[in-house]
Amino acid sequence: MTLAIEVSGLQKSFGEVQALRGIDFTVEQGTVVGLLGPNGSGKTTTVRILATLLKADSGIAKVSGIDVNSSPDQVRTMIGLTGQYAAVDEYLTGRENLQLFGQLFHLSKKQSAQRADELLTRFDLADAADRGIKGYSGGMRRRLDLAASLIGRPSVLFLDEPTTGLDPRSRLGMWEVIESLVAQGTTVLLTTQYLEEADQLASRSVVLDHGSVIAQGTSDELKSQVGGDRVEVVVEVPSQLSQAKDALVSIASGEINTNDAEHKVIVPTSGGSRSVVEAVRLLDEAKISIADIALRRPTLDDVFLSLTGRSAEEEKPEVKAKQRSRRGARA
Amino acid sequence: MTTSETATKYRPTLGWLINDTIAVAKRHILKITRVPESLFFALIQPVMFVLLFAFVFGGAITLNGNGASAAADYREYLIPGIFAQTVMFAVASITVGITEDANRGIMDRFRSLPMRPGAVLGGHTLASLFQNILVLIILSITGLLVGWRIRSSVADALLGYLLLATFAYAMTWIGAWIGLHMPSPEVAGTAGLAWIFPLTFASNVFTPIATMPSWLQPIALWNPVSCLALACRKLFGNPIPVFENSGHSFPEVHAVQMAFAYALIFLAIFAPLAVRAFKTRNVGGLKA
Repeated sequence: MTLAIEVSGLQKSFGEVQALRGIDFTVEQGTVVGLLGPNGSGKTTTVRILATLLKADSGIAKVSGIDVNSSPDQVRTMIGLTGQYAAVDEYLTGRENLQLFGQLFHLSKKQSAQRADELLTRFDLADAADRGIKGYSGGMRRRLDLAASLIGRPSVLFLDEPTTGLDPRSRLGMWEVIESLVAQGTTVLLTTQYLEEADQLASRSVVLDHGSVIAQGTSDELKSQVGGDRVEVVVEVPSQLSQAKDALVSIASGEINTNDAEHKVIVPTSGGSRSVVEAVRLLDEAKISIADIALRRPTLDDVFLSLTGRSAEEEKPEVKAKQRSRRGARA
Repeated sequence: MTTSETATKYRPTLGWLINDTIAVAKRHILKITRVPESLFFALIQPVMFVLLFAFVFGGAITLNGNGASAAADYREYLIPGIFAQTVMFAVASITVGITEDANRGIMDRFRSLPMRPGAVLGGHTLASLFQNILVLIILSITGLLVGWRIRSSVADALLGYLLLATFAYAMTWIGAWIGLHMPSPEVAGTAGLAWIFPLTFASNVFTPIATMPSWLQPIALWNPVSCLALACRKLFGNPIPVFENSGHSFPEVHAVQMAFAYALIFLAIFAPLAVRAFKTRNVGGLKA
């Protein structure tokens, strides 16, 4: 299979901050790869380098075999970019926006008009086509933004947090649109903080932290790195937490963790649902009352937690405040 | 390579530069028609200055030291000054828009398209020039209403307007360059204007240079705004105070050439700087 994206030894620093410390990954043509990591892990920097917006300090980045550093213009004819902001003109209508970008992609007037119509219909924006963007909802703006990035029929699409800030319904709508694109053979590199999103859309994921790749593979491969199933028990009496931990040693396949705040014992196990039955029996014997018990399969969130020691959606408060003020400025 | 069905191969040609520039200019001109308020306020400021100086402050300023028919004289002196000032304020007409584009991510979209990098700014400055020409037309009409007249030849008058348009165009490139270095539209709004005020006031726009303290006179004389205003007064055949018509200093004698030279030098410096800043600009100056 041909490689749509090839990244090796990519490094980038901003002053003293090392945003990328030499990352390597590849994306096969026609697949979706999720680029995961918390804020500041280097996701956006990677995408900006691949989309020719930023120059790397060292290392190689190639799109469809073309080096982004030496032939940026050629790369630009093959890519589409949807960033964290809806990058469309506020004062134009949806149709005018798409025609503008079509013209800048050097389609003929007729071709841009045709392509705009096609995309407006496909993205469910036909009714709003001749209204100014100012009146569009957040979901509509993102859809128009995605449509704009598809004007030139890119073979590689970069989606940088395409659903950040969207309500759940709009998010599902975006997912459907992205899935239909992939079905048509577009290669997608998707960055997201929502692991659920990567789980849903991506066939493989690359996990970044502090500018390095800390894991990569399919969702199942990543999950199996964390271990298999786990029995999670919430005890009714908080003081019995350590007793419960001791009682469950015999069903554990690894180290037992406790979560004091939630009064929860987390037991890795390989026994499947039989372990739940066994856990109930053991706890009953030890006279520990159970508030809740469940068998859980690991999620990508667990992968993240175990790889980095923190949750993916955890943000530094200052970063949040900064994002808010930027959003405020935009509105 | 199976890139795409549309045969968009990269070919850097002059045709593309023109196509892209026109497409971007069209975008901004559409924007002017969608938000006519912005044009209205761009117009109202110079018109207010005309009225303020023609009827309020003008009486206190005398040209050439004599008081006779001073008010009418002053109005003819004033209008080319306001032209020059308006052209300087052309900076502000673009700075905020450029910073907004950069922060909203639409500039990233432009930069990720196979278009010529100069075209985004070229189109924006072209639309800004269009707006400034509209403002100069309205201002000329206001001038005629308060008693200003063109007393020179048609050729000189046309050269005068060409000078104003060239200067305005150069100023929009300075505005674009400033806009690309500003963190937010709010800051851009202030930074675009802050340095223009002292520059236009330490000039012969409103008052003859002879009335200024001696240390300020050479500065005011060489000030690009003064050169522009003096050149316009010469080209439109409007009154020039004795001090600026004494033939003793270089900027007085060669005001027209000086004004063109300033405009072309600004263009030669700031157009490449702005294009370079455009190529490397990060969203909102963001790091990652």
